[in-house]
Amino acid sequence: MNASRREISNRDTGYLKSMQDRDRWKPAEILFWIALLCLFFAFPTKLVFASQILITGLFALSLDLILGFGGIVTLGHAAFFGLGAYTAGLLATHGWQEPLTGLLAAGLVAGAAGYLSSFLLLRGGDLTRLMITLGIGLLLYEIANSASDFTGGVDGLQGIEIDKLFGAFSFDLYGRTSYLYVLGVSFVLFAVTRSMMHSPYGLALRSFRDNSTRALAIGIPVKAILTNIYTYSAVLAGFAGALLTQSTQFVSLDVLSFERSAELLIMLIIGGTATMYGGFVGAAVFMLVQDRLSNINPQYWNFWLGLLLVVMTLYLRGGILGGLGRLAQVLARRRKKDIA
Amino acid sequence: MSAVLETRGLWKSFGGLMVTKGLNLSIAPGARHALIGPNGAGKTTLINQITGVLRPSEGSIWLGGANITHLPPDERVRRGLSRTFQINTLFPHLTPLESVTNAICVRKHRQMNLLKRRFTRLSRRISEIDEAYALLEQLNLARDCFVVTHKLAYGKQRLLEMALALVARPKMLLLDEPAAGVPEGESDELFAVLAELPRDISILLIEHDMNLVFNFADRITVLVNGEELVTGPPSEIAVDPRVREVYLGKGH
Repeated sequence: MNASRREISNRDTGYLKSMQDRDRWKPAEILFWIALLCLFFAFPTKLVFASQILITGLFALSLDLILGFGGIVTLGHAAFFGLGAYTAGLLATHGWQEPLTGLLAAGLVAGAAGYLSSFLLLRGGDLTRLMITLGIGLLLYEIANSASDFTGGVDGLQGIEIDKLFGAFSFDLYGRTSYLYVLGVSFVLFAVTRSMMHSPYGLALRSFRDNSTRALAIGIPVKAILTNIYTYSAVLAGFAGALLTQSTQFVSLDVLSFERSAELLIMLIIGGTATMYGGFVGAAVFMLVQDRLSNINPQYWNFWLGLLLVVMTLYLRGGILGGLGRLAQVLARRRKKDIA
Repeated sequence: MSAVLETRGLWKSFGGLMVTKGLNLSIAPGARHALIGPNGAGKTTLINQITGVLRPSEGSIWLGGANITHLPPDERVRRGLSRTFQINTLFPHLTPLESVTNAICVRKHRQMNLLKRRFTRLSRRISEIDEAYALLEQLNLARDCFVVTHKLAYGKQRLLEMALALVARPKMLLLDEPAAGVPEGESDELFAVLAELPRDISILLIEHDMNLVFNFADRITVLVNGEELVTGPPSEIAVDPRVREVYLGKGH
């Protein structure tokens, strides 16, 4: 390994360097995570809301993996979010209140469900997938609704208490602990996901999205790779659901609702698909806009949201991040011209 | 010596339409075997059955003496069967370097452990990237290796088709009209690449350009309506009256 590296460093390695540049964390990325940490000090009264945005962003990232990177459409991703949320909640109400192991269990349950359901939907086309995911989502919603002895039904699952984090930090009313907890977990999961998308596996996935016929022809085991990413995405969604349960100490039935799946899709598209950050940006924009608009007019805010969605889809291809990327390109070109 | 690739009594029908009729094709090791025939003769359908995209209705396919009729496409690639496409079938948003590196990593899939495959950065796969660059250099694509594929010149894209097929280190290479659509001035580059392919790669070539076929092939099979009309060396095929009839119509 060392020998081969030395040998290469003696040659023209331009092609190698370009690959390294692609993999490296960009300054904007590092800034993004530092900014999230700074929020903790800048807005101490808004931390509960900020946690919810982060959780939704993580959930949207999980959708991005299968939609943006895998090309699988779904209208029922809330199923895994909800499974994670209920798993963490039910564990806590039954006496298992340690947060980290509760989180892990939620991810496992959601992942198992993702793995099993992947076999149902990977065989079909886009329409089949939409219908099957929609169906599974509705199914779970009604199960949770009717098993009200167990889940609390429409009243939600109450009486959840979570132990201190690492046995030292209790989940306070201002959401200080839970914000840092959510931020920490999100960052770790993001970093793992990012390295996956920049690995040989991530490249295979991107290439499959780009051209499935060719992917098959170079020997990519397409079914295995899709099952895989779908399962991983479900695990992430389960984590996100559990984070919501643990930070709000409550599970409402709408963690499984169709609206949650649909809004998630909107957020991701607003933010930009296949960008890793589109989910976070989209969730933040969506939830902030929703918050502002519903303050101005609690009845009709959906009108403005609908308008925003139509305009953005028509005029801002690739969402906010796609637009920013193009803007950066234009500016760079202009600067080059100025120098010349 | 036994054949590298064989089809035995291969039949394929779509509903009532018979597109492959009892085909017994045998490709010898190191062969340059051309498959010709008028449009709609079932040439591409045959390739799709051999690569596993389509399932034959009856009969079997053998690669290196093993029955591969029921193997999935990716397993066939692993066993040394690869192809190019008549219509460019590339990764339009990846660069040639990424595309070829991807294919190499796929080939080495089993040699890498989970950690390397899933979590190590691609740029650490130095030997794979090196191999990719070397292959692109061989095919005159080195200078374009950072250009996103859909912006490459058409001729270069055809070469990338070849590169992606060669990554698998095929024993058996299926070339589906490699020169299709390449303007005459640019085709020399491609023909040179074809001519230089090592003899341990056996080739089945589908081609309409008769110049190329008769220059390149040492054996030719003529396919008409899904049926083998005749197989033989180019010298025999060129003077076969049945072949002339198919291509030129009766009365010649």
